[in-house]
Amino acid sequence: MPRDAPARFEVDRLLTDPATGIIVCCGSGGVGKTTTAAALGVRAAEAGRRVVVLTIDPARRLAQSLGLSELDNTPRPVGSVGADAGGSLDAMMLDMKRTFDEVVLAHSTPEKAAQILENPFYQSVSSSFAGTQEYMAMEKLGQLRAQADLEGTWDLVIVDTPPSRSALDFLDAPKRLGSFLDGRFIRLLMAPAKAGGRAYLKVFSFGANLAATTLSRVLGGQFLSDVQTFVAALDTMFGGFRERADVTYALLKEPSTAFVVVAAPERDALREAAYFVDRLETEGMPLAGVVVNRMQVLGAPGLSGARAEAAAEQLDDRAEDVNGAGPAPGLTAALLRLHTGLAEVASRHEGHVRRFVAAHPGVPVSTVPAAPTDIHDLDGLRRVAQALATG
Amino acid sequence: MPAPALETALDGVRLHVVTGKGGVGKTTVASALGLALARQGRRVLLVEVEGRQGISQTFEVAPLGIEERRLVHDPSGGELWGLSVDATAALLEYLQTFYKLGRAGGALEKMGVIDFATTIAPGVRDVLLIGKVYEAVGRTTGARRGHGPLAWDAVVLDAPPTGRVARFLGVNEQVADLARVGPIHSQAESITRMLHDPRSRVHIVTLLEEMPVQETADAVTQLTGEGFRVGALVVNQVRDTVPPAVLDTDLDADEVEEQVRADLATVGVRSGARTVGGLLAEGRAHAQRLALERELTTEVEALGHPVLRLPALAGGVEDGGVSVLADALVEQGVR
Ligand SMILES: Nc1ncnc2c1ncn2[C@@H]1O[C@H](COP(=O)(O)OP(=O)(O)OP(=O)(O)O)[C@@H](O)[C@H]1O
Ligand SMILES: Nc1ncnc2c1ncn2[C@@H]1O[C@H](COP(=O)(O)OP(=O)(O)O)[C@@H](O)[C@H]1O
Ligand SMILES: [Mg+2]
Ligand SMILES: [Mg+2]
Repeated sequence: MPRDAPARFEVDRLLTDPATGIIVCCGSGGVGKTTTAAALGVRAAEAGRRVVVLTIDPARRLAQSLGLSELDNTPRPVGSVGADAGGSLDAMMLDMKRTFDEVVLAHSTPEKAAQILENPFYQSVSSSFAGTQEYMAMEKLGQLRAQADLEGTWDLVIVDTPPSRSALDFLDAPKRLGSFLDGRFIRLLMAPAKAGGRAYLKVFSFGANLAATTLSRVLGGQFLSDVQTFVAALDTMFGGFRERADVTYALLKEPSTAFVVVAAPERDALREAAYFVDRLETEGMPLAGVVVNRMQVLGAPGLSGARAEAAAEQLDDRAEDVNGAGPAPGLTAALLRLHTGLAEVASRHEGHVRRFVAAHPGVPVSTVPAAPTDIHDLDGLRRVAQALATG
Repeated sequence: MPAPALETALDGVRLHVVTGKGGVGKTTVASALGLALARQGRRVLLVEVEGRQGISQTFEVAPLGIEERRLVHDPSGGELWGLSVDATAALLEYLQTFYKLGRAGGALEKMGVIDFATTIAPGVRDVLLIGKVYEAVGRTTGARRGHGPLAWDAVVLDAPPTGRVARFLGVNEQVADLARVGPIHSQAESITRMLHDPRSRVHIVTLLEEMPVQETADAVTQLTGEGFRVGALVVNQVRDTVPPAVLDTDLDADEVEEQVRADLATVGVRSGARTVGGLLAEGRAHAQRLALERELTTEVEALGHPVLRLPALAGGVEDGGVSVLADALVEQGVR
């Protein structure tokens, strides 16, 4: 095998291996993570696996064709996909806020939960804190996996990851939230809350006092009491919450987990993929392969762009002499020029992939052609999956 | 609804907010817009708020800090400056201005208080970030505050993506829960007044793809509903127009195949079935893509706002690509 030939990404082997329990699709924004996750789900189900796919942000039409219009944060069957092979496909779309709320409800008394859910700090963290979506995706993955083990409903969990700019966010964001919650100020606020409420200002150091009073001056009077409620809430539930995240994180290192890194055949996306591949290696997390999605492929790969352009020019010259008989004067020249343009894009894409492969020998790679239109139905997903398995 | 003319969407605008789905080209378009305005003699400040150094990467200069720095000096006399706003620095500065904290500011930072306030207190971060933009928009060069000519003819903001932008701009609502009185609250009110002023516009960048167009439509509805004014819709990465012959021909007809084969033969191209069939397949896929793009273009145009188009640059925006895009904006009437 020549040095720069990519190792083939044996997608079907991965999907049919009963030891594969979790597949995580990662990559930078817009490259096709959701599409890949859904396509793998369909193919696995049709190979007899009982699959659940957790999507984060499917395009509207794709969501519709997966039957994801009901936003109840639980998996629903996708038609009878896979039934012929004894498999099944369930799918769901993550509702981040709801997942967070459910964790709160599961970890506290009803009164306390109600108090937390109304707290403005909680609302801010649960709906807009950078990283909450990643955190909740992990939480949901943990839940699905646990349910799969417990009830035997599924034997394969496939997860899509949130549309962050960096693929690494999926791994880093939950920790960021965790370490933020472990921050010094929070711990300071937490200590008096533990000591029993009102007296808290006394045990504050001078600095903490200054901090608290300054903040309440800047932010208004309600501030401290809201902070206190929030902090008290953290104290009762977030310890357990953090542990749960750690457990899920550990799950990602198990050999039954497989990461699929999705990239576009562009410099930035592949650089992002490279970071991610390196990071998985450092973390000891199992990489199954890299998918380069939306490759320009040519219908007539044997004809070079330059040759096509030259031929188009010759045809133009001749058209001036003859003056068009036939179906569409200039059609052939137009097709040739189109081919020239596509050939240029295709060779740029191939170049990017070649560089990636050369820099990452041994990393299995599969390529998926760019379809002329978006992928929004089961047949489209099947075609993507077919390409994944063969390309 | 016919779209208003571009002039009504851009003339006299002092704050240009640029948003769009993640990755569609917000930073690139904000940069190109800033440059286009500077090339016409304006003094323009380009601001980013997510600490990603997108501006410095686009202009291929050293990372921007919290001090404004000149990026471009145009022969027309126009200038483009860049700024990367940082919430922590803004809060410290803010506390200094209003509370004369002195060294206590540093202590607060060490204790993680600043971090706490800027990451978790609802809306505070956004108020601080837009607060800097607000200050720049209203800044004057006179000896006294609020007097003399304006420091900037225009400010261009590389804003968060469509999914978060309404929340980001809706600072007033965000802090309403938290601070009913106090300086943050009144600051939020002034900011809101500025954002609702006709001289502030939100431009939305999209690609001719389903998800970005969908998000654009959603953003137009949401932003308009919340009292912000949409400026232009920018269709980014428009690919070369195809020769129309490909589109208007039924490529499945037998005589078409014959014709292509014959044409290829006359110019000595190997015209085997694979080449002919392959070229026709490429033509069909392209026609399909174009039909979709036309449909999406119609959808974008139907949103009732002027539409600007920027070409897809084959080599990306490195090596002066942003300058090409700025020219394209000027050509389409961006003043
Ligand atoms: N007209 C164009 N032609 C070619 N490449 C472009 C064009 N516009 C943007 N790009 C490229 O697309 C990529 C994304 O652009 P950019 O960073 O401006 O997007 P963004 O919307 O700011 O992304 P984010 O949501 O991550 O902030 C960059 O690599 C940029 O160089
Ligand atoms: N191979 C492909 N060919 C054509 N369109 C694609 C392909 N892969 C993805 N798309 C389209 O690109 C858009 C973004 O894909 P998506 O899977 O949602 O990306 P991500 O989840 O990484 O943000 C969708 O509209 C999808 O239909
Ligand atoms: Mg997605
Ligand atoms: Mg950007």
